Amino acid sequence: MTGDGNYKNEFGVFAEKPKVRKKIYDRNKVFAGLAIFLVLVTLPLWKNLGKAVPAPKPSLDTPAIQKLAAKEKKCVEPTAWIRVNHMQMLVDWREEVVRNGPRDYTASDGRKFGASLSNTCMDCHSNKSQFCDQCHNYVAVAPTCWGCHLDKEKKQVAKAEGK
Amino acid sequence: MDFFKRHFMVALTAVLGLVIIAYVGVQFNLTMFFGVVVPYLAILIFFEGIIYRVIKWARSPVPFRIPTTGGQNRTLPWVERNWLDRLDNPATGKHLLGRMALEVLAFRSLFRNTRTELLRSKEDPQGAKLVHWSYKWLWLGAIAFHYAFLVVILRHLRFFTEPTPGFVQLLDHMDGFAQFFMPTVFISGVVLVLAVLYLLGRRITNPMLRYISLAADYFPLLLILGIATTGILMRYFFKTDIVAVKQLALGLATLKPVVPAGIGSLFYIHFFLVCVLFAYFPFSKLMHAPGIFMSPSRNLVANNRWVLHVNPWNYPVKFHSYMEIEDQYREAMIEAGLPVEKELK
Repeated sequence: MTGDGNYKNEFGVFAEKPKVRKKIYDRNKVFAGLAIFLVLVTLPLWKNLGKAVPAPKPSLDTPAIQKLAAKEKKCVEPTAWIRVNHMQMLVDWREEVVRNGPRDYTASDGRKFGASLSNTCMDCHSNKSQFCDQCHNYVAVAPTCWGCHLDKEKKQVAKAEGK
Repeated sequence: MDFFKRHFMVALTAVLGLVIIAYVGVQFNLTMFFGVVVPYLAILIFFEGIIYRVIKWARSPVPFRIPTTGGQNRTLPWVERNWLDRLDNPATGKHLLGRMALEVLAFRSLFRNTRTELLRSKEDPQGAKLVHWSYKWLWLGAIAFHYAFLVVILRHLRFFTEPTPGFVQLLDHMDGFAQFFMPTVFISGVVLVLAVLYLLGRRITNPMLRYISLAADYFPLLLILGIATTGILMRYFFKTDIVAVKQLALGLATLKPVVPAGIGSLFYIHFFLVCVLFAYFPFSKLMHAPGIFMSPSRNLVANNRWVLHVNPWNYPVKFHSYMEIEDQYREAMIEAGLPVEKELK
């Protein structure tokens, strides 16, 4: 190649610098590939696009809670803490009860409770489907609690239906 | 500071810096910025960057077929070709599809990775023996890493969809099938961390690899390690309000962003690192993901023997054919007794 941008071949003949058209090669394949990628990546999001999905509202409306005085309407620990850590607390309770025995739980504010899902938690929150399941379904977790523990609500429904 | 330390420390400092930025930002209540602005910006850069670079690649002409082949090309009918030859040296689109599928889904090229090493030999205790051997560990580390990461990403769909699709729940179930520890340990998380540590350790411990590893090689590994670590910490040790996290993620996915209160700073660190990974993707070696589809040494049918491929920038060559040469020198050739095509009239 000479300095002026023209090509010289082996016979000394100058030729014009070849013009390669600027274009997207295999345009259809490339765009099809990009489209497949975009669709695949965004597909799961199409269903709710632009819709405000409401946050779950676990219901506190059970007879046991209604009976409580306004001052006593609080969980064993502060609500914000329970919301984040209840699963770990239940695991800790289980370890303590199964391995060591005593069913005593002293809350951070000094109140004492029996460490029991069925008897302490579910006494107030007897509405599993309106309370526990609301958030569990929302975040798609399937806790194994109910593999052993009795779902009292279901039992009551079954009893009512039996009669 | 030597070459390795400089490059490794740059990457490490960058990742730790990002962690600190997110942490400090959340302390100053910039949750709107880290929860909404940054992720949207990152996703925009991610898609825009990928499309830009793929189209830029597509503008380069590939005039010739340059597949790297490892098998017998299609030729005379009596030359045998088994199915491996067909996959390694594809003659039809169908075989090419098979080749690409193996490449993309099973990392076949990496599987054939060989390593050249000087080993001690018994015959020559003073010297060394040059050995080429098939090295599968890199393939194993890479495939474990990629599939574990895929499973982790798919599992995270539970935050972006409502209701969560059945296959995500099934994946959760299968991933936690060991039912080890409480909350159940996800196997993909363990595999992901181990694989990243292997890929990182490989670069650090092997002197040859350390010599060619740059900050751009360490950074994505450390970043992904940071993402995995913060995610694991959040799942098993320092919990965060997961319902609020889902509200945030779903808000982003539905284009109705909300920033609920009560999300811990660990989440924002995790989220910020993920955003940085997305934004960094189009500028980095991570572009090997779309790149593998656009590799001319992989994605072309090896049909040079029966299809003419013309280079678009061929300049017009002035040929000087044999007949022209003979016309020029016919008399001299006859005089010298050389055979000619056309006699003198």
